[in-house]
Amino acid sequence: MATALADVIAALKKESEVTVLSALIEVQEQLHYLPPESIPAVAELTGLSVNDVYTVATFYTHFRFSPPGEHVVEACWGPSCHLRGASEVMAAIEKAVGATFDSDTPDGKFTLRRLSCAGACGHGPVVVLDHKMRGNIGPADVTAFVEQARKSGGEHH
Amino acid sequence: MPSTYDELKRRALAEAQVAGLGGRPVITVGMGICGVSAGAREVYAALQDELKKQGVDAVLHPVGCVGFCYAETLVDIARPGQPRISYKNITPERVPELVRDAVTGANLRSDLALGAWGASPSPAIPNIHEFPEWKHQVRIATRNCGVVDPENTLDYIARGGYAALNKALFDMKPDQVIDEVIKSNLRGRGGAAFPTGQKWKFLAGSPGPVKYILCNGEEGDAGAFNDKALLESDPNTVLEGIILAGYATRATKGYIFIRCEHWLPIQRARRAIKQAYDLGILGKNIMGSEFSFDAAVAQTGESYVSGEETALMEAIEGRRAMPRPRPPFPAAVGLWGKPSNINNVKTYSYVPEIVARGGAWYASVGSERSKGTGLVCLSGDIRKPGLYELPFGLPLTAVIRDVGGGCPDGKKVKFLQTGGPLGGFLPASLMEKTPMDFDAMNATGAMFGSGGIIVGSEDACVVDVTRVLTEFNADESCGKCFPCRLGTHHINQIMSRIAEGKGRPQDMQTALGLAPSLAASLCAHGQLATNPIRTAYQYFKDEIEAHIKERRCPAGRCAAMRSHGSGALAGAGNKR
Ligand SMILES: Cc1cc2nc3c(=O)[nH]c(=O)nc-3n(C[C@H](O)[C@H](O)[C@H](O)COP(=O)(O)O)c2cc1C
Ligand code: SF4
Ligand code: FES
Repeated sequence: MATALADVIAALKKESEVTVLSALIEVQEQLHYLPPESIPAVAELTGLSVNDVYTVATFYTHFRFSPPGEHVVEACWGPSCHLRGASEVMAAIEKAVGATFDSDTPDGKFTLRRLSCAGACGHGPVVVLDHKMRGNIGPADVTAFVEQARKSGGEHH
Repeated sequence: MPSTYDELKRRALAEAQVAGLGGRPVITVGMGICGVSAGAREVYAALQDELKKQGVDAVLHPVGCVGFCYAETLVDIARPGQPRISYKNITPERVPELVRDAVTGANLRSDLALGAWGASPSPAIPNIHEFPEWKHQVRIATRNCGVVDPENTLDYIARGGYAALNKALFDMKPDQVIDEVIKSNLRGRGGAAFPTGQKWKFLAGSPGPVKYILCNGEEGDAGAFNDKALLESDPNTVLEGIILAGYATRATKGYIFIRCEHWLPIQRARRAIKQAYDLGILGKNIMGSEFSFDAAVAQTGESYVSGEETALMEAIEGRRAMPRPRPPFPAAVGLWGKPSNINNVKTYSYVPEIVARGGAWYASVGSERSKGTGLVCLSGDIRKPGLYELPFGLPLTAVIRDVGGGCPDGKKVKFLQTGGPLGGFLPASLMEKTPMDFDAMNATGAMFGSGGIIVGSEDACVVDVTRVLTEFNADESCGKCFPCRLGTHHINQIMSRIAEGKGRPQDMQTALGLAPSLAASLCAHGQLATNPIRTAYQYFKDEIEAHIKERRCPAGRCAAMRSHGSGALAGAGNKR
């Protein structure tokens, strides 16, 4: 992990415009979370304090400070999806996975995350499974893909 | 010296010939987010395989979104010399027969066809131009969406793209560009509907040398997906509008802000920018003119308020997306302290056509005070969800019934929730007499905003939907000023307890009574936070009172939600 972070920081040093936010987005993009040592590294990169970096990292709901589960299940709870039954779908996901939104299962298998609008409102309810978006999902579809995810390995993009 | 426009155009047309436009069948797949979520990637891969397997010589390329979400995945096939035919709800399993029959065979597969783009080659295939959801449209910003290859700038140029920029650079002074935009009466599409030309004039009057053009693609409004659709489907129209704004105001660099993780718009916008640099449409001496301009994509973190113009500048500078007090306004002190102009993605997308055809032409479309078209996103309880570019002034009934096909299963429309989470409810009774228009919709208490219209049928519960909106607004308050930080949570607590059947008699009065203190908030997030509850109470008082006084949900939604133990409630208010 330590080398991976060093690689990300080294690549960022070559960019012409780097901010705390753009650096954190890139770190999370590459490592899937912000490891503790990434905060001082970004502080050094941007010439700001550790506090300046934490304040940004804790503001945006995008960032997480521990590795996500092997499978990330994101469900849209926006009003369009809600009208088409998103809460039933979310309840089915929680039941199938054994955790509530937004949290991780203790075995590190699943991370559940709410999305406020995935941008495919015409196809609600929308669920994003391991970064793959699926529309018109019903509670019955959920168990199938959770079971399949349980069997398969981790898959990050 | 960069190529001139004429050189670019010649090259684009030559490559279009090489690509076979004219000679070979052209197959396109709708691959906007909506298409992808319906399985377009799998269909595209299946087409690639199948063309090889059957030895068919055809051009295959992705397109964005034509707007008909209900028919995704859409595959279009244009045989040489024939109108393009759209095939609906295509799955990978359908692909082999589609290639066999509809690309080269004698059977046009009317059973799979949505329709033909023009006079139909077969009586069994209807003409899409006669569909109500097409007939009502006037396609200006979306004129290329679903047709142009969003990953190939030469395709955009072959279809007339960047001609407006060429005209401005060589035949118009910067002020003349602003004059056309003023004449067009274009109003901002990001929410507040401010006159765009006037805003550009402010920036033009600010001193250089460094000035910025900011394009707001944050698009946090749930129910609106038109910015992402434009960026995915035709990023060059947005970019051309940004460069034109830069020329008109003598700015030096443009930024397109897109929320992180929205990969398709980010990638397509980046690719368009890269290709524009390669072709000499960005950078020094654009198309051989005196004008130089740069552009880049910047990602914002997940945060609704980062779409507010000053918060956006904080985000791009790398900090928390918390609004700045105004004045000073961005045209004086904007990004990194430099004069800046900020508009929505859609706003810029109108500009190339305004410059090409003139402001007066644009102003000839639309209503008295809302000129041109609105990009309407229909979702919720609607038969034909999608993205439709409709002229202002069209009655809302036509939007919902003719274009959207009304509610599924013949249900009645109960309300429209418009303008995003800070917008309002518009009851079906007012839909009859209200046109799609900034001011007419404002007068009802709802607003047109960024164009999202969420339809609720008679099965929907106003309390249930309002609770989702107030939860969103509480979750997303940036926390900078306390009327909003406390007020949005207070409103959400009240709505949640009403939805749970624990409402108190004075609850609605308490929630509505927060309006004056919320009005003192720093930005419109707090200032408008009572809109949903105010309009809900104004038009659906009885339904809300039934929840409070009788502990009853007339639509039966809230009770169902309680017994299912919704996870949607679990995250309320503890996100940061
Ligand atoms: C909380 C909040 C969120 C906003 N989100 C967006 C947004 O996602 N996109 C947008 O274009 N404008 C958004 N706005 C409006 C912008 O502040 C600004 O008015 C707009 O980008 C100006 O562009 P226009 O003149 O083209 O409408 C938001 C405003 C507020 C108060
Ligand atoms: S009104 Fe709300 S969102 Fe706007 S600055 Fe204040 S706390 Fe932040
Ligand atoms: S509300 Fe769910 S995708 Fe927009």
